Amino acid sequence: MSSHLPIVPIVLPMIAAPLCSLLRRPALIWPLATGVGWLVFAACAALLMQVVESGPIVYTMANWDAPIGIEYRIDLLNAYILVLVSGIAAVVLLYAPQSAASELPQDRHHLFCAAFLLCLTGLLGITITGDAFNVYVFLEISSLASYALISVSRDPRALKAAYKYLIMGTIGATFILIAVGLMYMMTGTLNMADLAQRVKMVEDTRTILMAFAFLSIGIMLKIALFPMHAWLPNAYSYAPSLVTAFIAATSTKVSLYVFLRFVFTIFGAEYAFNTLRFNDVLLPLALLGIVVASAVAIYQTDLKRLLAYSSVAQIGYIVLGISMGTVTGLTAGLAHMFNHALMKGALFLAVGCIVLRLHSSRLEDMAGLGKRMPITSFAFVLGGLGLIGVPLTAGFISKWYLLLGTLELGWWPVTVLLLISSLLAVAYVWRFVEVAYFQPPPAEASSNEAPLSMQIPLWMLLATTLYFGLQTDVTTGLAQRAALWLLGGGQ
Amino acid sequence: MSDALGLYNYWIAIFLMMVGFYNVIASGNLVKKLIGLSIFQTSVFLLYITMGKVKDGTAPILGDGYDTFSNPLPHVLILTAIVVGIATTAVGLALVVRIQEHFGTIEEDELIAQEDSP
Repeated sequence: MSSHLPIVPIVLPMIAAPLCSLLRRPALIWPLATGVGWLVFAACAALLMQVVESGPIVYTMANWDAPIGIEYRIDLLNAYILVLVSGIAAVVLLYAPQSAASELPQDRHHLFCAAFLLCLTGLLGITITGDAFNVYVFLEISSLASYALISVSRDPRALKAAYKYLIMGTIGATFILIAVGLMYMMTGTLNMADLAQRVKMVEDTRTILMAFAFLSIGIMLKIALFPMHAWLPNAYSYAPSLVTAFIAATSTKVSLYVFLRFVFTIFGAEYAFNTLRFNDVLLPLALLGIVVASAVAIYQTDLKRLLAYSSVAQIGYIVLGISMGTVTGLTAGLAHMFNHALMKGALFLAVGCIVLRLHSSRLEDMAGLGKRMPITSFAFVLGGLGLIGVPLTAGFISKWYLLLGTLELGWWPVTVLLLISSLLAVAYVWRFVEVAYFQPPPAEASSNEAPLSMQIPLWMLLATTLYFGLQTDVTTGLAQRAALWLLGGGQ
Repeated sequence: MSDALGLYNYWIAIFLMMVGFYNVIASGNLVKKLIGLSIFQTSVFLLYITMGKVKDGTAPILGDGYDTFSNPLPHVLILTAIVVGIATTAVGLALVVRIQEHFGTIEEDELIAQEDSP
């Protein structure tokens, strides 16, 4: 059984998805989906422990050895992402029934649940697979499911947001498909380990250069790196709250993983950063994203939209770490991927609690929320402190490493910019604090806290961010090992 | 020169890619955008199929008198990609139907105008 562990995270949600659409009764499907979510999380955690103890695991699908068959290859980097994605999914599924009951049409729960599980399958599949074409297939599974998840919202504007995401996401995925094709053309293999060896032999050709170009643009669209983030704010603001929490925390992170996997282990840091000077492209985009998106976030009138723009900025931080190309920078990027996923997940779950009671995510409706929903408001503020990077939160740790990375390289202007952008983060988190704590609640409003079934998942995520703010050796220790491994060419 | 002409399949693939891509960007009608997207994806299928073709090669079935075969792997990959393309178009069209039901139009400029005047 344990030798088949790597297949569990893919097969379980994939089988549970059609089962959900057949069972139809919300009373049955939510426990089923939640159970599957936690089982998958347990499997991923077991995989991570196995990898930490005894090195990479290779699983050959149906005993067809690579390069003929598809293999799943789990190393430190993707085990780390697997635990992150499955953990967030498990927590969000615990939160889902209540939130879905208030935000989704009653007759769509089973289809929603099926799409959610398919999205999870796709995200885990992208992470676990060792085959370049398989990445594209899983990418489309998760993307198609997430278009459906976004569009199911009661707000009709979500339809337009999902359509826009579909167009941009498909262009991105097709670019990745072109890149995979061009690489296959030059090397005759789709297996990532083989590709890593053979691409080096032909890396001077224009075909490989074009493959790199298509791949990086395609993935940048998917990770919503500024200025290719146009799909993100609308998609996040109009989607149902639990979908926003799940997608914001996982989907861009998984795309970032694909980016790391292709750039570092297949093309190699040497080719990308020294031959092509790719960091000269990444760095300005990351910095622009951080400053512009943070500034735009301050002027939003909708809390979800504010957080969406903050996500674009935070992706900038992660890419900034990657563009440094040093161990510290990469460690910071990886740690921030993990920490930001937890913080944004928690913040969007808090917004979900607020939307449940207020039926609105507009800031002007949240006057005096600190009195009406004290626990949720407090949770939001704690999450917000993490976004700013206040010490004792997880956000501080990754920002600290980012600062160290810039100092190591002597990039003084970037250091200053990072500090300024933290002030911008203070400004947009303050928007909520001001409305919730310094404005009197409307006269007819009564205090009405969100139900426990939603509070518990929210506080679970928040507790982990606080825990990883103190216990840094778990996240940054792993991130550092993964970073060293990536810069060593993933061998 | 003859090299460039000999690769005419790739020229067609790039031409179709640009036609599709232009359509996605320039067209204001949501269905026409999806048509553009479809053409864009199809051009990539052609790219894959072209790269698997071997000169004078036949389908890879063992038989007397045939010893040159085209590479079947890109062709099989494209079968998967075609399915993905169909799924994307289907989801896209379903969204367009719902947009038409809710907003009464599928012209992008009219949708934007509606948003500006609540």
